Amino acid sequence: MTGTGRITAALPFPVAARRQLADGQLRDNLRRATRTIRDRRARTVAQVPDWEALRAAGTAIKDDVLGRLPELLEQFEAAAGAAGAQVHWARDAAEACAVVTDLVRATGADEVVKVKSMATQEIGLNEALAAAGISAVETDLAELIVQLAGDTPSHILVPAIHYNRRQIRDILAAGLPAADAARLTDDPAVLAEVARYRLRQRFLTARVAVCGANFAVAETGSLVVVESEGNGRMCLTLPETLICVVGVEKVVPTFTDLEVFLQLLPASATGERMNPYTSVWTGVRPGDGPRSVHVVLLDNGRSDTLADRVGRQALRCIRCSACLNVCPVYEQVGGHAYGSTYPGPIGAILSPQLTGPDGGANRTLPYASTLCGACYDVCPVRINIPEVLVHLRQVGVDARRDRPSPERAALRAMSWVMRDRRRYRAALRAARRGAAPLRRVGGRRGGVRRLPWPLSAWTTARDAPLPPGQTFGEWWAGRNPEAHR
Amino acid sequence: MRIALFVTCVNDLVFPGTGRAVVRLLERLGHRVDFPPEQTCCGQMHANSGYRAEALPLVRGFVAAFDRYDVVVAPSGSCVAMVRDGYPRLAEGDPALHAAVTALAPRTLELSELLVDVLGATDVGATFPHRVAYHPTCHGLRMLRLGDRPRRLLASVRGLDLVELAEPEQCCGFGGTFALKNSAVSGAMLADKCADAVASGAEYLAAADNSCLAHIGGGLARRPGAPRPIHYAEILAGPEEDR
Repeated sequence: MTGTGRITAALPFPVAARRQLADGQLRDNLRRATRTIRDRRARTVAQVPDWEALRAAGTAIKDDVLGRLPELLEQFEAAAGAAGAQVHWARDAAEACAVVTDLVRATGADEVVKVKSMATQEIGLNEALAAAGISAVETDLAELIVQLAGDTPSHILVPAIHYNRRQIRDILAAGLPAADAARLTDDPAVLAEVARYRLRQRFLTARVAVCGANFAVAETGSLVVVESEGNGRMCLTLPETLICVVGVEKVVPTFTDLEVFLQLLPASATGERMNPYTSVWTGVRPGDGPRSVHVVLLDNGRSDTLADRVGRQALRCIRCSACLNVCPVYEQVGGHAYGSTYPGPIGAILSPQLTGPDGGANRTLPYASTLCGACYDVCPVRINIPEVLVHLRQVGVDARRDRPSPERAALRAMSWVMRDRRRYRAALRAARRGAAPLRRVGGRRGGVRRLPWPLSAWTTARDAPLPPGQTFGEWWAGRNPEAHR
Repeated sequence: MRIALFVTCVNDLVFPGTGRAVVRLLERLGHRVDFPPEQTCCGQMHANSGYRAEALPLVRGFVAAFDRYDVVVAPSGSCVAMVRDGYPRLAEGDPALHAAVTALAPRTLELSELLVDVLGATDVGATFPHRVAYHPTCHGLRMLRLGDRPRRLLASVRGLDLVELAEPEQCCGFGGTFALKNSAVSGAMLADKCADAVASGAEYLAAADNSCLAHIGGGLARRPGAPRPIHYAEILAGPEEDR
């Protein structure tokens, strides 16, 4: 079953990217923020002597999980059930939203507090709850800022990365009485205090909390949330009802496996050896925490992704976003250009796989990369993102084999020419001769300033090089005449 | 040792001076270089664009042209990475071809690997009295792990003042067809790379890939006072006497 929800790009990537590029402020904000996190990650990882061994272990555990997912999920369901939690299964975004909405309705509540969660963003839960008359309050600071701005997150870990603190001040000020707004500065501590004040009452009165999970332990039925602000801890402990939406690939076999991931995740995500809050809870226990715990296990295209031998490695992802922070493309355009809850390099391989071949503009995402490989170098679970990008390009090309395209025609012709040395030599000679008039007119430093469409895409930003009067092969043949008959 | 030059299609047509430089350099170091005339293109553009069926005949052609040599050297990190990293994957499903490419791949070397690892040369006896910045191109950097080999070679050139870019490992934005399909993003990345190159104060920007250099050089040509692009093989080989 293919995935639905907020994982489909509305516009082709090149179009969406061009719009984002026009925003100079956005590029400044992104450049500053991604470099800060990128450098911090590099410093922290350099301090971990067994980093490569940890990466290998994380990769092996995740591959083991993907190899026996049904068995582990059933084990999780049984363990969580025995601990007093109720497990629900959702095939796609609509099913997951319906399950959560019904659970909230059954409590009679018309407001939920939320812990930042990619899965609930993916399924568009806030919008679904709003349609049912239930308001969802995001309690992560950056997620709250994005929600107050009526915007969508642009980064997996830092949802408001596209704003600077002056812009954040204005967003928060808009929700305050005029007198308070006038006094609000852009000091981060002051801004955090405004959010804290806003949220504290919500935590104390909320009857239902909705969260995701970084890990779900099959052996014990435990759920794990890794966070920095303490808002998650509040949501997990104060409300009577807890609803947790978890992608099926988040399951890990044993509690001991967390040892690996609780080192890999904070180092890769925020560049910290240890994150401030790690909450682990298992079902319902007397006298503490929620009275009622529900876990919604979400497929939404993951089973289809699992069926792809090369592409399935994307399901190893632990949502650290290290790949976003090192990506030179993401740094220029930001997360909104990818049109999905999952932006950046991981989004470019995850979104099109979750939505499958009918994902519309998602098929442009595998081309949103120069294949520079910076993402693969930093991935804590060694997802070979360039390999998957090329694989998905190939899947797309193969699926449209019978449809005519200028690109296919050109590449087929080139392949035909290049598989024979005589045709190849003749083509080089023709290209060299064809360039001769250009060399005479335009050849400043041997380059051309303007070319007609479609090569104008090159010359908008750069001169095009021109072949000189002799190919290498011709030079060699002249030098070693005996070798070339 | 039978050394074959894989000049690459881009160099053959557009940058033949780089191929001549490799020949000149290796001959000066006392080695004979062969240029197998059957060679054409490694098929990287086809493979990376998703045209596996169109790339495969070029993989077979590469094997046929170079199989008989001890070492294949190419002045391109990206084309060598295609052979070493891409070929075994492309050849899956054809056991004979797969066996041939996995045998040939480790013998296919980027120029600095041949010079430093096989020939044990870091000082190749060149002189180049200029300020040079080196841009490590992505596939050489991350797929071949060339590391400091090119920089060590350049640092041993007499008179050469090697300066560092502020962000040398940042991709220039070329990415093959990326520069056409996402030309706006590519242009923005190029602008950053050009600004970095200009700020370095270098007279020349050297790299191990002429495709990336054509992209960066095309941007630098529009900026007055910017460094000139140059393949590092041409620095190591020194000027051509007969031209």
